[in-house]
Amino acid sequence: MIVVPYVVEHKPVAPTECQAILFEKQGMTYTDDTEANKLTRATLLRIQKMADTNFDVVIIGAGPGGYVTAIRAAQLGMKTCVIEKKHIGGICLNWGCIPTKALLRSAEIYNYMKHASDYGLSASGIEFDLQKVVDRSRGVSKQLTGGVAHLLKKNKVTVIDGEAKLNGPGKVSVRKDGKALPALTGKHIIVATGARPRALPGLEADGKLVWSYFDALVPNTMPKSLLVIGSGAIGIEFASFFNTLGSDVTVVEVMKQVMPVEDEEISELARKQLEKHGMKIMTSAKVTKLDKAADSVTCTVEDENGEIHKITVDRVISAVGVVGNIEGIGLESTKVKTDRGCIIADEYSRTDEPGVYAIGDVAGPPMLAHKAEHEGVICIEKIAGLPNVHPIDKSQIPGCTFCHPQVASVGLTEAKAKEQGIIVNIGRFPFIGNGKAIALGEADGMVKTIFDAKTGQLLGAHMVGHEVTELIQGFIVAMGLETTEEELMHTVFPHPTLSEMMHESVLDAYGRVIHM
Amino acid sequence: MPIQILMPALSPTMTEGGLAKWMKSEGDVVESGDILCEIETDKATMEVEAVDEGVLGRILVAEGTEGVLVNTPIAVLLEEGESAGDITAEAALAAVAAPVEVAAIAQPAAAAPAPVSAQASGERLFASPLAKRIAQQNGLDLSQISGSGPHGRIVKSDVEVAIASGTGTAAAPAPVTAQPVAPAAAQSSAPAAASVSTNDPIFGLMPEFEATNHSNMRKMIGKRLTESARDIPHFNIATDVEMDELMVFRKQLNERDGADYKLSVNDFIVKAVAISLKRNPDCNVAYTDEAILKFSRVDVSIAVAIEGGLITPVVKDAGGKGLAAISSEVKELARKARDGKLKPEEYQGGTFTISNLGMFGVKSFNSIINPPQGGILSVGAGEQRPVVKDGALAIATVMSLTLAVDHRCIDGAPAAAMMKDLKTILEDPMQLML
Repeated sequence: MIVVPYVVEHKPVAPTECQAILFEKQGMTYTDDTEANKLTRATLLRIQKMADTNFDVVIIGAGPGGYVTAIRAAQLGMKTCVIEKKHIGGICLNWGCIPTKALLRSAEIYNYMKHASDYGLSASGIEFDLQKVVDRSRGVSKQLTGGVAHLLKKNKVTVIDGEAKLNGPGKVSVRKDGKALPALTGKHIIVATGARPRALPGLEADGKLVWSYFDALVPNTMPKSLLVIGSGAIGIEFASFFNTLGSDVTVVEVMKQVMPVEDEEISELARKQLEKHGMKIMTSAKVTKLDKAADSVTCTVEDENGEIHKITVDRVISAVGVVGNIEGIGLESTKVKTDRGCIIADEYSRTDEPGVYAIGDVAGPPMLAHKAEHEGVICIEKIAGLPNVHPIDKSQIPGCTFCHPQVASVGLTEAKAKEQGIIVNIGRFPFIGNGKAIALGEADGMVKTIFDAKTGQLLGAHMVGHEVTELIQGFIVAMGLETTEEELMHTVFPHPTLSEMMHESVLDAYGRVIHM
Repeated sequence: MPIQILMPALSPTMTEGGLAKWMKSEGDVVESGDILCEIETDKATMEVEAVDEGVLGRILVAEGTEGVLVNTPIAVLLEEGESAGDITAEAALAAVAAPVEVAAIAQPAAAAPAPVSAQASGERLFASPLAKRIAQQNGLDLSQISGSGPHGRIVKSDVEVAIASGTGTAAAPAPVTAQPVAPAAAQSSAPAAASVSTNDPIFGLMPEFEATNHSNMRKMIGKRLTESARDIPHFNIATDVEMDELMVFRKQLNERDGADYKLSVNDFIVKAVAISLKRNPDCNVAYTDEAILKFSRVDVSIAVAIEGGLITPVVKDAGGKGLAAISSEVKELARKARDGKLKPEEYQGGTFTISNLGMFGVKSFNSIINPPQGGILSVGAGEQRPVVKDGALAIATVMSLTLAVDHRCIDGAPAAAMMKDLKTILEDPMQLML
């Protein structure tokens, strides 16, 4: 029997009361609900809750990295706390991956409706209500953040609404609205503070004429013309959304191809498609100046030949990458080291300060939600001492871009493989050779596979076209299991599906393609 | 019904063996526990005991037959009341079929160094398709490689480590040439002695612990040092060396105008060891099953502690190099070692190892030989000690050295001679200049 050694409201706490609380903490119920007991119990619970500041794991940030890590930590039996200053679910659920997918879905359906006649259907008076499109997107985010909050609660993770700051090894202070909340201690502290839009001098978002993704997700007006700076996933997805809804969109990319991390051939195909849909794209070009008028911006763009173009648009979206949130979180009170806006951590996310870890965007590229989640799980499983924990293999992290057409890839591009001196076998298969693609009316695109000619290792897979973001996982599993071309060739792909193109691409790499 | 006696598997990896000798003849009475015959494997000759009793009815595999597959019937035992006539056609048929089968299977096995031989022992070998292919391309036996993937699955990186370390090469015995022999450590398949599982209930009684799974390096250290400690007859020779002159000499060298080096005591030891081995070539050797290999050059391995283990980068031809060159090379190798950037040829192929724990204030210690090398020198701290000089007590800087050698290839006298030379050189360091 455990006796709680303090007195509440001048009344000694009965041992049964203490038991009740212990029961409750273990998820059991206690039925002695006399009024006096209820009162005492409520007070005691409050005191206990306030005193509950010592954790096995304290996670700073409840984005996809932080909340997944918290749930996994709780599954592993650790007393876990996650501190979030703004939104449960982080950028991903609230201002990134999810709400943009909702917007793009609206754009996609709108596009289908406009092309109804292609399918023998007729539709007239096709319009959209931007506010309703945005409302739907916000609703989707809200539904999911609610879901995550529920999952955290279900797993008995303590969620603290506030701004966390490391306060020396093992200690975290928390503030909410300028007021200090009780300080926490954590045997392990995981920094998962994520990233924010990079602000280039002169191209900073102002929320009115120059938008960051925060503004672009809740546009108060439908810009007639739009210039997007940067053609990474964020830039090109917004460009695609507004382009489909009828904006006159120009994308300016400083590198020589759109979506610069993608395979050159795939990028070139995607560009052709985007241009076919009316998007203007300038590569090897740089926005040097933005001149803002009352309701328009004149952008000065220098192209690859050094020629200056003046482009006047209603709005500008600045999507020039993201930087880690390393400021104001008390890193200076620890031995944690940073490099170019990110925390330096090893393959198990350990920083230079024992007991402090960094995962996700703040721990460096690739800054992707699925990388953050996986990194967090590895980090916490390593902390828990689980056997067979392996570091994430960064060469097998997929990338997906949900513009129209979609782009998805994993592993080495053709150029990177050749750079490494690998002799490669390359397979290509076009959507036009696939029955399902033609039936869907989505016959543009390609599946490209890259094999090590010597060992048959699948080094990379790159796709552009309808729903390729849902296809890529097949190749990721194959790569993870270290299959060679032989197993892939022997795999039966279902007919009629887009996935048959994956099979054909592998066959093509070895000169055995059937439908081409 | 007559009992078939089958070719037994005498080790978990045994797939076939030779029938060396029959100890019983047809018609002999056999009692449980009697020695029936001798079976020869690539590792040993072992006796086979009878489990059942009866009369040896027929010998199906003649003495001197090689390559008899495990579980092939080799004889038939008649129980009480049975006669040779009871031996069924089935049993005889199996016996006739057996040699044919042996031949059929032995053929391809000999032609290609086919891996996946663990199949024969009936256990499924888990390896990724890519690992299998790379192993096959490199002639590696996957059953010799331990897997680091999920559930011990062998993955590409395991095979690459094995290629780099020479593990699992389904190779012929080490060639007896003057070539440095790769550390072909893997062959032994004797069950590891003193193995303890993490699941052992004893750990439940011990304090809370953190389990760090073995890295490939840790597995390699465990395997090779176990083999070395178990299989190599070590003996140690220790001596004390007075270091005062060397310390003065080192200071002079380091303070020379324009010195772009900073020699450590260890650099002197590396050079001195190389010279003493050159003077005593009988100590710069390796033992193989067929021969003692006497190396034409002294390549000194230096034990370097790194994250999660240790590694031994090699200073090639240390005897032919100057102190400054050795010094800068050791620094560079140690840096690469700590950064994990050493290439296989930079940490393999040494002929002798030096392990220096002097910086920890250790007085003296014994090391385990780094196979296939013949010797390893353990270096303690240089410290002021009372010594007797000309019948009077004096103070000198003294360092203890302990040499461990493989008695199979280095005997006491040459080892002692080498240590004497080493002591002389270190106490009279001008010899290093010669």
